[in-house]
Amino acid sequence: MLGLTDPTVIEFDVRTDEMLVNMGPQHPSTHGVLRLVLRTDGEIISEVTPHMGYLHRCAEKVGENVTPIQFIPYTDRMDYLAGMNMNLGYSLAVEKLCGMKVPEKADVIRVIICELNRVASHLVAMGTYGLDLGTFSPFLYAFREREMILDLLEEVCGARLTYSYITIGGVHDDLPAGWTDKCRKFIDYFRPRVAEYHTLLTTNHIFVKRTAGIGVMSKELALSHACSGPMLRGSLDKSKGDHAWDLRKIEPYCGYENYEFDAIIPPFDNKPDGSVIGDCWHRYFVRMLEVLESLKLVEQGLEKYRTAQGSHRIEPPRHLHPGEAYVETECPRGAMGFYVVGRPGKEPVPLRVRAKSSCFNNLSVTDAICRGCLIADIPAIVGSIDIVMGEIDR
Amino acid sequence: MSDILDAKFGDRIKAKFADGVVVEAGDLVEVMTYLRDAPDLKFEMLCDISGVDYLEIDPKKAAKAGYEPHLEVVYHLQSFQYKKRFTVKVMLPRQVEGGGLPAVPTLSGVFKIADWLERETFDLVGIDFTGHPNLQRILLSEDWEGHPLRKDYEFPLEYHGIRGR
Amino acid sequence: MGWLEGRLEESVVTTSLEQAINWARQSSMWPMTFGLACCAIEMMAVGAPRYDIDRFGAGAFRATPRQADLMIVAGTVNFKMASRVRRLYNQMPDPKFVIAMGACTCGGGPYYKYGYNVVKGVDLVVPVDVYVPGCPPRPEALLEGLMRIQDKVRGMKDLTKGQPIDMPIPVRTGFVSLPEELRTPELANAFAVRNKELAKPSKA
Repeated sequence: MLGLTDPTVIEFDVRTDEMLVNMGPQHPSTHGVLRLVLRTDGEIISEVTPHMGYLHRCAEKVGENVTPIQFIPYTDRMDYLAGMNMNLGYSLAVEKLCGMKVPEKADVIRVIICELNRVASHLVAMGTYGLDLGTFSPFLYAFREREMILDLLEEVCGARLTYSYITIGGVHDDLPAGWTDKCRKFIDYFRPRVAEYHTLLTTNHIFVKRTAGIGVMSKELALSHACSGPMLRGSLDKSKGDHAWDLRKIEPYCGYENYEFDAIIPPFDNKPDGSVIGDCWHRYFVRMLEVLESLKLVEQGLEKYRTAQGSHRIEPPRHLHPGEAYVETECPRGAMGFYVVGRPGKEPVPLRVRAKSSCFNNLSVTDAICRGCLIADIPAIVGSIDIVMGEIDR
Repeated sequence: MSDILDAKFGDRIKAKFADGVVVEAGDLVEVMTYLRDAPDLKFEMLCDISGVDYLEIDPKKAAKAGYEPHLEVVYHLQSFQYKKRFTVKVMLPRQVEGGGLPAVPTLSGVFKIADWLERETFDLVGIDFTGHPNLQRILLSEDWEGHPLRKDYEFPLEYHGIRGR
Repeated sequence: MGWLEGRLEESVVTTSLEQAINWARQSSMWPMTFGLACCAIEMMAVGAPRYDIDRFGAGAFRATPRQADLMIVAGTVNFKMASRVRRLYNQMPDPKFVIAMGACTCGGGPYYKYGYNVVKGVDLVVPVDVYVPGCPPRPEALLEGLMRIQDKVRGMKDLTKGQPIDMPIPVRTGFVSLPEELRTPELANAFAVRNKELAKPSKA
């Protein structure tokens, strides 16, 4: 409850009433079917209650009834902006349960594809964040480049959005002939474009005014809500000795320890006036810098692919092993975890599949960081969390 | 890590496995608070709560299923400082005498995220978290019947006039 | 056009009022921003530069149902959302059209068997004009669906109160030119066999 000493309570001469405002589930700036119930006094928010479940598609129930390979397409449909990363998370969990070792070539392809998908996902995040804040052009630019990435991914697996490319034991197909050259060409084309985005959006005066210093989240708050990904990294401070919290660095999988890249955490030299660590601008900027790191990873991956040994895929075992495995991977939105429990008997179907959603944890912090801000700041804050409802509701 | 817990809690730790322990429901809050606050553990992040329903519905397979029917609540913890993971499990009976859902004390006073994760586990698996400030369904509608991730859940045929099959 | 023919200058086009209204209506279909799930991303891609739904006059995505003619149900509808879909449909002004985009809205899709919470087809909730299958459909498929809606509009007889024609006659339709290796069924078969051979996993 707000006390009188709270600085967000402004005393007016005119008495105003508290009001409940419903936002969503059909609202253009809630990124899908999120519903927010705002308790406001005038323009000032005193409480935000997110309601979800408008996209609950029973993925976990499906997972206990089908074999792991059959479940791969459902993982695509969880975080549909980064289907490859979802495939990877579930594949790694099942591989850990079965004690499989994937050939080097498969690992390299996985890294290349996942990082490309991360770039595509961050581009959508940037474009739609612009839309939320009232500018349309970054969306057009972001989708122009995203279509090129989708073309590359389509050539690899035949689908634009729901790939099911990474499966248990490797990847479904080898990279097609001539693909690596196309990918290099794309990277050479794409790298100068990032500066274009910064001119368009990052340094835009209105954009900075609407994001800098808004929705500030402290590191302690982020940890108690188990936030992850750019959401948590935006709140860390390198100068205070926080280490770079990136699962690719701290728990490397797929051979990420052999790649050179940085996990992005603040402080940034070029931060605008009024911006503090943990605000919307920092979360957004962490994503933009991650795009460049991902490009670095793709380039190194293409280099490694040339000499990589082994097949692109090995035969998975017919039965799951008993026991359980919990694996978290670094997805564009944070740490996505899969918890797979095998049956004690020899069965191909797992007993329980649990998908731990990163957005679910990230969204739970909304109420805490929205209190005391204005109604117009809600799209800015929710957009900077970068939620995908398919992943929250599963 | 289990050894540190062993030294502190003794035989209140029911079982140990790789990077994890099994505790009684009554000791849960105390163990989790210790895991969060002890300077050499510092498990500040509660990544996930999952409820697992161990039940074989096929009577032919049930005899050699390899487990007694029961529920498990699994807590996955992560330490920001030491970059480690830890698992805590609580075993529960499937049915409680006199009706009602099997109960675990809530952790919403220890980790803030537990509020939502426990609501989800209650919603889908049907576990009562005693002392939770707002234990309501989070994913399904409020008037939904049953808990879908129980193995013996029956799918609805109709919901508010919409055919379900 | 009977007696009017040839009496006016060449820069004047004569038509019936009904046709003129239908022409205007079909060229300014305003869809509602109603993204539910994965298909919403493809719907966004249709609005984006490469596919550009503005070419067909349907690029003005309205945030409120009261300004929209077309509801593209893009994504899975579940029981919790169903009443909202129905309410949004009721809020739209007549004449209104619905495109069911994606396998889930056509009939449950991949969630048909184990989806306890998924509506098995959005036509159980709102009447549907055009079904666009696919999971998710490609942007071209959605454009094709929009064209079918435009065909339907062209057959409407609002003023003369005549019965609309049962099956609208498509005026524009897509033609897919296949690549060389898929030109004949035999070639396509050989291509598929070759690909399957390449994708085989090695023994562990």
